Parts: sequence; structure tokens; C-alpha cells
Amino acid sequence: MKEMSVRNDFPIMERLIHDKPLTYLDSAATSQKPAVVIDALADFYRNNNANVHRGIYTLSEESTLAYETTRDKVAKFIKAGSERNIIFTRNTTESLNLVAYSWGREHIKPGDEILITPMEHHSNIVPWMILCNEMGSIIKYIPLDDDGTLDLSNLDELISEKTKIVSLTHMSNVLGTINPIKEIIAKANKVSALSVVDGAQGAPHLPVDVVDLDVDLYAFSAHKMLGPTGVGVLYGKDEVLSSMRPFLGGGEMIDEVYEDRFTWKEAPLKFEAGTPNFADVAAFGVAIDYLENIGMHNVRKHEIDITNYAMEQVKKIDQSIKIFGPENLDIRGGVLAFDFPGVHPHDVAQMMDWDGIQIRAGHHCAQPLMRRLGVSATARASFYIYNNEEDVDRFVDSLKKGGEYFGDASR
Amino acid sequence: MVMPPDEPKFDDLYKELILDHYRYPHNRGVLEKPDVDMQQHNPVCGDKIRLTAIIKDGAISQIEFLGQGCAISQASASMLTDRVKGLNLGDVDKLSINFRDMLKGGKPDEQLMQDLMSLQGVSKYPIRIKCAVLAWDTLQEALGLK
Repeated sequence: MKEMSVRNDFPIMERLIHDKPLTYLDSAATSQKPAVVIDALADFYRNNNANVHRGIYTLSEESTLAYETTRDKVAKFIKAGSERNIIFTRNTTESLNLVAYSWGREHIKPGDEILITPMEHHSNIVPWMILCNEMGSIIKYIPLDDDGTLDLSNLDELISEKTKIVSLTHMSNVLGTINPIKEIIAKANKVSALSVVDGAQGAPHLPVDVVDLDVDLYAFSAHKMLGPTGVGVLYGKDEVLSSMRPFLGGGEMIDEVYEDRFTWKEAPLKFEAGTPNFADVAAFGVAIDYLENIGMHNVRKHEIDITNYAMEQVKKIDQSIKIFGPENLDIRGGVLAFDFPGVHPHDVAQMMDWDGIQIRAGHHCAQPLMRRLGVSATARASFYIYNNEEDVDRFVDSLKKGGEYFGDASR
Repeated sequence: MVMPPDEPKFDDLYKELILDHYRYPHNRGVLEKPDVDMQQHNPVCGDKIRLTAIIKDGAISQIEFLGQGCAISQASASMLTDRVKGLNLGDVDKLSINFRDMLKGGKPDEQLMQDLMSLQGVSKYPIRIKCAVLAWDTLQEALGLK
């Protein structure tokens, strides 16, 4: 496996946890940050801090430029037509809620259908449920095969004239499955349903081209792709954004306010009420530069290699270990959730922590998927550009130890 | 390697007695015609405990549990069934209060706790306390104690 030489760019990799070197395997939850991003955030506050889109003075102009330059970088990163298609939010969750509120309440009627999948994160389930409760619409699911891929055999029946929204994840945060979103979006477009993609795992790990995908809306978070916390993105097509009502009301989003009415700006500012998180957005621009410099195809290639290695090594530990999600790495990202019979995920995670290994244990904000998989929780390791074979080896050694320590439970 | 004094150690949490109860749980099963039958789960991690018990003359005469979850939650349930069998409900209440207090860092009554002392280390892991008290929550609700 070709080593990515970026590990030293991440200051946190120097950390010791319980006197052991840090092995960070929870990038699906949040990524670590390179020094350039950390420095950019501090530099912004030291040198450029002022509110955006306001003042006729140097600092405000610099701040606005930094904010809007990142918007431009984000547009280019996902191959969007223009920066006016890029809305800044707090995170993917807020982006999806924005869609459910601003598009959903404008267009959804009783009996309309919203199609999602069983592998969605709660953030791509609950906003639609809230919408359904309010508008009398119905949620339907594309079924999931046992191999962790979507069963598309009945897609033509599932996507009908009644379907008004099709919303699914680009990549599952538990199974690692990379969904055939282009094919599904095309079917949604055919019946003029709104296509929405949760790109929280997609944008950080895969090359994304929203124009090629022909997707209406694509949502993701900066903090999972080397950027700061508190910045989300919503991409939308021009005609889709203009058919949506504003989200939050307040400063920035308005055009004119009278005693009894208001008019609002065009997208994206229509959806950005209040002082935005401009310092973090400025630093996010540096994270995008960093990723562009590596190249998303190289990020993807590295993750295929490391996931392949990890899956091979984990299988060697014990035949009873079940790895969830597809075997085929062409349709699998760097996520490895598993069940080790007799060794509970929380005990594994606790044990690994003593070895400096940070993995996730729990339902991963995907309870319907856990039920479908027949488990109450799983342990999950997830990878990014800074992980290497040594990380996997330490993880595998610790997992072996866990098997010996907790194993042979009489259940 | 020298550990700082407040650095909790692995064995503080996973004591041999806990692992024994986890691997070979006591009183595992479901009683027929129980007087109380109560199930609780922890929505955060999915751990589940079901307790069935027979109450005679104001005391627990028989008690069994079924469950799934981490070593702490399952060992705690197993120890609970051992410890409360034969106790009257007033003593169960006293025990439950003392046990919870111990997990919050309070000084336990060792005579009262007996094997339950092995769970004292959980108090250093705030996120795992809910694992250790799940069985006790279930018992309290089953018995209508507060």
C-alpha cells in the first residue's frame, strides 16, 4: 500500500492516549485537521476579523472576500456551475432540514411520497418524518439487500408520480456502501421528484460532480473533510433554490423590510439569515485547497487500499467476525463496522482506548439500519488520508486481545 | 510504566469477577408465572435487561434475568440477581440507593455491597455508569420502588 505522506501535517497525531500513540479511526464522525487549517482559523481572528457583507472598510472587505472565496472554492470542488448554488449552513443536518422546511413546506401535499433508504443517518430520516407529520405525506424505503447494497429491482414501481422527494446517502456511514446515486437521481428526475443527496460521507472521500450527477440538492459538512466544525454546505440547482421559500428570517437574507412585509434576496443569501460562521468558512477554504492539492482521486485510492488491508486483517482474527457492507471495494468507502460475537462493541471500544485507538461503538445515528442488520450496536473503524497500515495493525492487535479477553461468553 | 494516580487502569473497570459473571451469568432465564416481569433498554447503546421475579411475604424468593449488552451491563444484572434473592423489598431499596451512590463516587457499605463492590471502578467512567445501573433501574421499576 502506498503511504500517504500527509500524516505529519496533522499536529494531533503527536498525541499520546494512555501513553500510547494516537490511532484515530473515527473520521466518519469527524476528521482531524491539518496545521494549515488550524493556523488559518487563528490567523483570521488575528488579522482579518470583521462582519461580512456589511462595512465599507478594509477588514470587512477582507472578511467578505475570504467568505465568498470559500464559496467559490466549494463550488469548484463539487463542480457546481456557480458559487450562487452554494449555501453555507451549520452542518449536513441543517442543510437537510433546510430542504425539508423550505422546499417541503412549499411543495408537499397530503399523500405525497418521500423515498429514502434503510441505511440513512437519522439526519436524513427525521426531517422528512417531521415534514410528513405536518403535511400528511408518506415515507417509503428502497429495500436493502443482505450484502448492504440497495435492492433496485423494484425501483420503477417505488418511484412513481406520487414520489415528490427522493433523498439518500451518497455513502453509508455504517456499511460504507457507495450508492448508485446517479442512476437513482435519473429515475427521480424522470417523474420530476426532487433529488436530494446526503453527502456527509461522500464529499470528504469521493470525487463529486453535481452537474454530472444532475442532482437537485447535495448536502455535506466541513468538519468531516479537514475543515472546522460548524460549517455545512447545501448545493442546489438555480431553479430549485428559487422555488424554495426562505429558511430563517433575519438580517442578511432580506432585501427590503417595511412595517408590514419584507422582500428577500436571491439564493444563496436568501438562506443565510444572521451573521454567518465566516471565520470557520474562511478556514474551510484552506481545507478544500489542501484536499484539492492531494486530489480526490488519490484520497479515494488511498482509502480503497487501506480498507482492503483492514478487511483482510480483520477476517484473519476470527471467522465469527462479521463485517457489514459490501465486499466489493468499487462500491465501498473507508468504513468498517463489524460484529464480534461475545465481544460487545462498547467493551471493544473501551479496551481499544487503552491502546490509544479511537473507534466508534453504538448505533451510529442509524437505528433503523441497526434493526435491519439485527444488532443493537456495532463497533466501527473509519479511515482517512492520515491513516496508515500501522494504524490498522494496532487496531487488529487490539481487537485480537479483545477477543481473548471477553470471548467465550456463553451467549 | 508509572501511571499518574488518577489515571484509571483497565483492570479497575473489567475486574475478573465482572468477566466471570459476563461469561457465565448466574440466574439467567425467565421464570414461569412471575409476580413481576419488567424489561428496560438503554436507547443510547441498545443494551437490554428483562427481569422476572417471584415475591413471597414481601421478599424476593426467585429472580432471573435475560439480556444483551456489554460486559458491564450483563455482569451487573447477574450480580444483582445473586445479591437481591431472599431480600425483603426495604433492603432491596437500601441496597439500590447505596449501589447508585457508589457509582457516583460515594463510599459504599462493603458489608452491604459484597460482590457488587467489583463494580466500583465504573464510577471513574461516567459514560459507563448507565450500563451498570440498567438492571437496577429495571428492578426498581418492577418493584414499584422509587
